[in-house]
Amino acid sequence: MAHVSMVLNGKRVSGTVEDRTLLVAFIRENQGLTGTHVGCDTSQCGACVIHVDGKAVKACTMLAAQADGTEVVTLEGLAKGGTLHPVQAAFREHHGLQCGFCTPGMIMAAVDMIERHGAGNLDEATIRHELEGNICRCTGYQNIVKAIKAASDEMAGLQQAAE
Amino acid sequence: MYETNYHRAGSVADAAALLAKADDGKLLSGGQTLLPTMKQRLAAPSDLVDVTKIAELKGICEDGNAISIGAATTHAEVAASDLVKQKIPGLAKLAGGIGDPAVRHMGTIGGSIANNDPAADYPSALVALNATVTTNKRTLSAEDFFTGMFETALDDDEIVTSVSFPAAAKSAYAKYPNPASRYAMAGVFVAQQADGSVRVAVTGAGQDGVFRVPEMESALASNFAPDAVAGISVSADNLLSDIHGSSAYRANLVTVMAKRAVEAAS
Ligand SMILES: Cc1cc2nc3c(=O)[nH]c(=O)nc-3n(C[C@H](O)[C@H](O)[C@H](O)COP(=O)(O)OP(=O)(O)OC[C@H]3O[C@@H](n4cnc5c(N)ncnc54)[C@H](O)[C@@H]3O)c2cc1C
Ligand code: FES
Ligand code: FES
Repeated sequence: MAHVSMVLNGKRVSGTVEDRTLLVAFIRENQGLTGTHVGCDTSQCGACVIHVDGKAVKACTMLAAQADGTEVVTLEGLAKGGTLHPVQAAFREHHGLQCGFCTPGMIMAAVDMIERHGAGNLDEATIRHELEGNICRCTGYQNIVKAIKAASDEMAGLQQAAE
Repeated sequence: MYETNYHRAGSVADAAALLAKADDGKLLSGGQTLLPTMKQRLAAPSDLVDVTKIAELKGICEDGNAISIGAATTHAEVAASDLVKQKIPGLAKLAGGIGDPAVRHMGTIGGSIANNDPAADYPSALVALNATVTTNKRTLSAEDFFTGMFETALDDDEIVTSVSFPAAAKSAYAKYPNPASRYAMAGVFVAQQADGSVRVAVTGAGQDGVFRVPEMESALASNFAPDAVAGISVSADNLLSDIHGSSAYRANLVTVMAKRAVEAAS
């Protein structure tokens, strides 16, 4: 058995799990946070994307034991005091979802790509390339791409306003 | 996934000792190949030895006229490295096209080459750039390292520690990705040395993994232009054939990707 301890959405949590326990199982079953989805068993769909130490990773392709000592953010950790994160707000505004199954992974991937490229620096081709690991069966991606572009531009504006 | 025991190694010697103690142990690097395989129950190691916290296996540094990359360095780190972008742009481009962002944040060069998937990207860069692989036991040339589909010269208890890439005058990689997995259906790495000599290595297409194309190499040595390879095709005889594409289709892709790589490098 492995004793794992991490900062999950700003809160220190710990638990004792089998060594083979996937991080996504620890988050969903041990911690009861079901915002992180599991859409495949081949590591290809991206529904489980979360941030570990600030980087987007697939929670279904990492052991909970590997995440011991890290800082983890899931979809539940994005909104601040009842206010949606700009990416969440943009998905609602631009209808970036239909059934919503892929949405947690899409949003976590989007926040990561905006951080890496810098707010305001995303064009459509870059967004589509960055989304290669996130599969959506419903939307045809068009409104997802639109939402991410809008959020990226909006966040650049917010940054300017803050400066 | 079957039961397993997870260990975190603090040094290469520690990792070797942990492996030696295990019944049927395996090294765990980024886990982007090993964990999916274990989830499918196609692998069931008794022990996993995590090498990603070993400081000496991490990082990218200049080493004379070469770039040395630690085995546990991620694809994302290689793609974002200013040093790699400046000295071997084709290598940075290749790393930035592996899988997807989440795979690149975890997957490592050591894990990729130890696995030697016939559709993996890195083997083509190692062979075209005449890289050297260093392990905890020895150093090997890339061509001696890769020995066949999913086969390498590594002993069961041998640990890749770094890969050293001599800088090239020109380098570029072009791949035709499988639309679902992003693995190469055919990927061609072209590298020109300062003395004008050229190496062309193909991944994704060969039944025995990565291979060189001597005809393209000599044609490019006398005329480094896309037209020089446009009329050269590889035989379909030893190429992969599966639901994604026949061997004849892959043979054609090799010529097309070679043209694109030369164009990108020119
Ligand atoms: C959805 C998806 C898409 C992908 N697309 C691509 C793609 O387009 N192109 C591509 O090239 N790859 C692709 N990959 C594979 C990816 O690049 C993996 O990261 C890589 O193949 C293995 O590296 P790893 O660090 O994850 O190794 P692991 O999965 O941890 O290990 C792989 C193997 O190498 C051994 N090993 C690990 N480290 C060492 C070491 N230091 N010394 C000796 N043996 C070692 C392990 O024991 C294991 O047998 C994809 C993977 C996924 C999940
Ligand atoms: S659940 Fe599909 S990639 Fe993780
Ligand atoms: S909204 Fe249904 S899978 Fe994307």
